[in-house]
Amino acid sequence: MIGTPAGVTSEGVARPGVGSRRIRSGVGPGPFRLALLGLAAIIPLVIVAVLLFLLIYAWPAIRFNGLGFLFTKTWDLGNLYADPVPKHGVLAPIGAQYGSLVFVAGTLLSSGIALLIAVPVSLGISIFLAEGVGAKFRTPFAIVVEMLAVVPSVVYGLWGVTVLVPLVAHVFAPAIAAVLGFIPFFGASGGGGFGLLAASLVLALMVIPIITITVYDALTRVPREAKEAAYALGTTKFEMVSRTMLPMVRPAIIGAVILGLGRALGETMAVLMVSGGALNYLPHSIMSPISTMASFILSQLDSAEQDPSGLAVQSLAEIAIVLFVITVLVNAVARLLVRSGSNARG
Amino acid sequence: MADLSATRGSMLEAAIGKSVPRSVSWRRARSSIGWCLCIIAFLLVAVPLADIIVLVVVRGFSAFTPQLFTQITQGVSGGLLNAITGTLLLSLGALIIGVPVGVGGGIYLAEFGNGRFGSLVRFLADVLTGVPSIVLGYFSYVTMVIWLGWQFSALAAAITLAIIILPYMAKLTELVMRQIPVPMREAAYALGATESMVVIRVLLPVARPGIVTSILLALAISVGETAPLIYTAGWSNYVWNGRFTHEPVGYLTYVIWSFINQPFASAHALAFAAALLVMLTVLVINLGARAVLRKA
Repeated sequence: MIGTPAGVTSEGVARPGVGSRRIRSGVGPGPFRLALLGLAAIIPLVIVAVLLFLLIYAWPAIRFNGLGFLFTKTWDLGNLYADPVPKHGVLAPIGAQYGSLVFVAGTLLSSGIALLIAVPVSLGISIFLAEGVGAKFRTPFAIVVEMLAVVPSVVYGLWGVTVLVPLVAHVFAPAIAAVLGFIPFFGASGGGGFGLLAASLVLALMVIPIITITVYDALTRVPREAKEAAYALGTTKFEMVSRTMLPMVRPAIIGAVILGLGRALGETMAVLMVSGGALNYLPHSIMSPISTMASFILSQLDSAEQDPSGLAVQSLAEIAIVLFVITVLVNAVARLLVRSGSNARG
Repeated sequence: MADLSATRGSMLEAAIGKSVPRSVSWRRARSSIGWCLCIIAFLLVAVPLADIIVLVVVRGFSAFTPQLFTQITQGVSGGLLNAITGTLLLSLGALIIGVPVGVGGGIYLAEFGNGRFGSLVRFLADVLTGVPSIVLGYFSYVTMVIWLGWQFSALAAAITLAIIILPYMAKLTELVMRQIPVPMREAAYALGATESMVVIRVLLPVARPGIVTSILLALAISVGETAPLIYTAGWSNYVWNGRFTHEPVGYLTYVIWSFINQPFASAHALAFAAALLVMLTVLVINLGARAVLRKA
């Protein structure tokens, strides 16, 4: 597909070892390498393009909504049958108001509860995989966790609708209300099971493999000497794991949790299918219906397209920008932490 | 096993001496409880996974009929021919676009990417895998569906899926290429081979199994993707008519999402049949890929 660089022969060109990757330094990079560089550059370009084009597209909505976008509860398309009127320099339907507070709250709450469930479970599983099972059984157990990571989001949603939501409505919700009912947020029971709790449980299930695999990887890289030193002090195996190994991999654990957070914040299908879809309504209990930013973007496209001024679709794009910025930041921090955590031990 | 012997040992010690044993047995008991909690944690995910697989397999198989593969969807009944062909079309299209870019980028990262630009691309590839697919879908909706005027179409959807699999392809290719020993490159350069000859004639043949595996993993990702397709492919009851733009395409994951919310038994049957097809593809590919990677 790409020809040999013309005019370049091997004679006379210094080739100081492949490890340095500066094989043709005297000649400058040839067309082959430039072509590969162009392909590699597409990844950064995509990220820049996503942000840039979404910003350009959403600009009228950003002007119209202002900073209040993040703190307004109401999402109202306004009167779609009357002519749009200018407001803040943008043509908008009369009475239109776009606020993302409900979706930001739904996203943060569901992801937060999901992490509260997922983190201890993931730590337990990674300890179990790294030290609890013999080397012979480690692979099949690890496969279970990894399969959890590859189940498509929409299949989680399908399972959520058919199994988890009825379970939440008939078992979990009454149980939680009975045990923790004195705490306001946990008091409500009833409802169809669609809502914050179901969404958080599905999210937890989807986040657990991410955290588990990362922490497990870090645990297996703890040097043998550290474990032996702990044993020499007379610890039991579990004390060795929990007092010696876990503190050693703390950066990786933090990174893994943030990585899981990034996944939970952007999860769409499964959450959409079990969350109940709240509009203009802040969750007041663990059984409340919610909308997350991602699920709202997906579910509202049809109705937003009815808006002749286009402002509703552009406001959806503004939600997408907020989501993009949050997840990019979260993932960048997580990757740096995971990387520095693993570098620390070589 | 280890827990049992530990408990027994602590009981023994408790019976023998009095100076340390109380605290030792307490510590051993606490360790046993800790291990039990770890096992419970594992069961907390193993049971739902098993339940998901059983649910999809049982309900999916009971919905399997020959007409699933021969008929198109009519309303909420009929077959899945349009969705099956649509999923194949979109996934193959994503591979055709995404694989050359991803493999090329991965080769660059492995062979020439030790500088600052290489680490930036590597880092951004990680970041791109974390960007929610719905955001990428919305980006494609804005740029291709609206601005370029393609409407819901196979090309917009395939490009979106290609963007999603791109960072995975690049990272896996880099991983595979870096496992090839440096002396192979040195030998080829010593024979006077140019960079392109080294990569294409020497390194790629060695890396082929690994790259095939990563292509299969990318296929699994695109078969299971839903959210961005709703924004780019739309939905169609008909088999794809050969147009890349201005023509919506059906796909399996849409059936799962949309038909499970319909109050009809036929719709639910189609949803579970589609889920079984998607799950089978994804699980078989992933298990197979693991086997290949472990052998390599």
